Amino acid sequence: MSFKYGMLTTSAAALAVSVLFAAPAFAGVGACLITKTDTNPFFVKMKEGATAKAKELGVDLKAYAGKDDGDNEGQVAAVETCIAAGAKGILITPSDTKAIVPTIKKARDAGILVIALDTPLDPIESADMTMATDNFQAGFLIGAYAKAALGDKAASAHIGFLDINTKQVTVDVLRDQGFMKGFGIDIKNPAVIGDEDDKRIVGHDYTNGNPEGGRKAMENLLQKDPDINVIHTINEPAAAGAYEALKAVGKEKQVLIMSVDGGCPGVKNVQAGIIGGTSQQYPLLMASMGIEAIAQFAKDGSKPKVTEGKNFFDTGVNLVTDKPVAGVKSIDTKEGLAKCWG
Amino acid sequence: MRVPHGASEETPMSTQEFEKTLDKSDQSVASFDREKKSPVEKLQHALHSSQAAVPLIVLVLSIAGFGILVGQKFFSPFALSLILQQVAITGIIGAAQTLVILTAGIDLSVGAIMVLSMIVMGQFTFRYGLPAPVSVLCGFGCGALCGWINGMLVSRMKLPPFIVTLGTWQIYLAANFIYSANETIRSQDIEAQAPLLQFFGGNVHIAGAIITFGVMAMVLLVVLLWYILNYTAWGRHVYAVGDDPDAAELSGVPVPRMLVQVYTISGLICAFAGWVLIGRIGSVSPTAGEFANIESITAVVIGGISLFGGRGSVLGMIFGAMIVGVFSLGLRLYGTDPQWTYLLIGVLIIGAVAIDQWIRKVAG
Repeated sequence: MSFKYGMLTTSAAALAVSVLFAAPAFAGVGACLITKTDTNPFFVKMKEGATAKAKELGVDLKAYAGKDDGDNEGQVAAVETCIAAGAKGILITPSDTKAIVPTIKKARDAGILVIALDTPLDPIESADMTMATDNFQAGFLIGAYAKAALGDKAASAHIGFLDINTKQVTVDVLRDQGFMKGFGIDIKNPAVIGDEDDKRIVGHDYTNGNPEGGRKAMENLLQKDPDINVIHTINEPAAAGAYEALKAVGKEKQVLIMSVDGGCPGVKNVQAGIIGGTSQQYPLLMASMGIEAIAQFAKDGSKPKVTEGKNFFDTGVNLVTDKPVAGVKSIDTKEGLAKCWG
Repeated sequence: MRVPHGASEETPMSTQEFEKTLDKSDQSVASFDREKKSPVEKLQHALHSSQAAVPLIVLVLSIAGFGILVGQKFFSPFALSLILQQVAITGIIGAAQTLVILTAGIDLSVGAIMVLSMIVMGQFTFRYGLPAPVSVLCGFGCGALCGWINGMLVSRMKLPPFIVTLGTWQIYLAANFIYSANETIRSQDIEAQAPLLQFFGGNVHIAGAIITFGVMAMVLLVVLLWYILNYTAWGRHVYAVGDDPDAAELSGVPVPRMLVQVYTISGLICAFAGWVLIGRIGSVSPTAGEFANIESITAVVIGGISLFGGRGSVLGMIFGAMIVGVFSLGLRLYGTDPQWTYLLIGVLIIGAVAIDQWIRKVAG
């Protein structure tokens, strides 16, 4: 008798506790931040910026992330959780820019404001607004810089490309093709990496955006052509890995490494001469403006506006380098360190 | 009547006339019916007795094949030593995985143990200011502890190794991210303050080939394990536990203690791999080693080591790892879509297991 009573009370208590934890209820205006991963310092900084702004404006923020760069299912699950919890707005950095579109549509149909941060969806109109760096411009700046820095050698350069992966992610494509345009290569279809036939391109290899991948990709490209003298890297961790590969064969002085991100470790690498120049992005700004937009939408239903002349809200990009060249606007590493993140 | 002396009597024993026909019949005591072996069966027997033969043959054939296909670029000392460099970490983790798989277990947490130990080595040096050698030892301790936990769960609580290491993989990985707070320690900082951590990144140039200390360490480790597994009692006991734990127990092998030792040593080897990894990528990064567990299992399986335990040579594992490296680099130099590499590795895995099953059918 007492055993049965004990079991009943325990299970009732467990049920009550589980109901408490079941659906995340929002207190007041609810917002969700869904990043690609929570391990890349870029997204860690974004989360910090969003949390700070949310606290300031009294917005209840819940943060989710995929397991790794490319995990679409994790992000789909997070969006569905937010719809069920009654969020007013979702900020998302999509891992698969095409596959997540139907789920985003579901959220928008439920009256939620969806803002894509850093990486535009494909098509870009799938989100209410995109707040991002102009990734094409980011690539263009470093490509133009590389061309000017090489001078006469630019016409016969050997260029390697260290991308994220084979999936033609928008941010990857924009930076890669932007670099080529800046360098003066005919990019043919700007939405596709790999359809170019310029003889100066040694090849594309894949890093997954981390230093291990960067090292392996650099080794593979060196195998194809040991005379590489310029590389485009998708981000600074990949660039750091590429540098290690070059150092191991004693070629670190002969290759100009260009990158994108502008994180503090990356700017320090520019200062140390490891990276020739990097396009700096501002994730804190993306996050805080996103939260502001959600708060505004909750108040009066108004949606944020695009930057003039573009189909997204440009949060700005600056080329950080200590060796400026004529014709390409840049800031030095001192200023870069003041503005850096991570 | 003469009394016969000895069973293997060659001289005719019969004295009576009617017994003389017996002299022409078979004089030997019980023997097996040895039929003449066909060439295929001879091959099967040869492969059965030499456990690392199959992967070695495949390796030599694939190097020769890609050399013909791709040409000079592939056969250069630089390219071949590059394969070794790219495969070094997988090789060391594969050695840890070999020990566990030989006991009919499996360890999915090898990558997570490697990264956690690497983070401990880095953070202890930079966050707490400990001298680098002490941090390295702490990293080893961390790896051994993680392995010991795996071993205790498998042997004392008798939980299936697949389930145990599936759980501990998640636990160690999350512990890694929580402890490191996603901090990446820059290569230049490590070079300036604690160069011992990058020790295995150093290399020697020999006739155009670049041999890193990490590659040398991998080779030495594999040779050491080969010696232990084949020429020491402890090594024989590992095979016994994998092949038939009950028979081993009855023969006096302390099975639960052996399992704990095997998993602990496996964790220690993974911690060593973490040290070598710092040398390879320069920085201490919590996102490294994502697929190390799958890659190590692939190397072990292609190397002809049976997942059912008790059979296989650690040399086979290293050949298996090199085969994957040869295919990756060869196909990439040839210019094919990277997806073909994954497809062929899948085919290799199935082929290796099928051959292993065929070799096991040796009888007599």
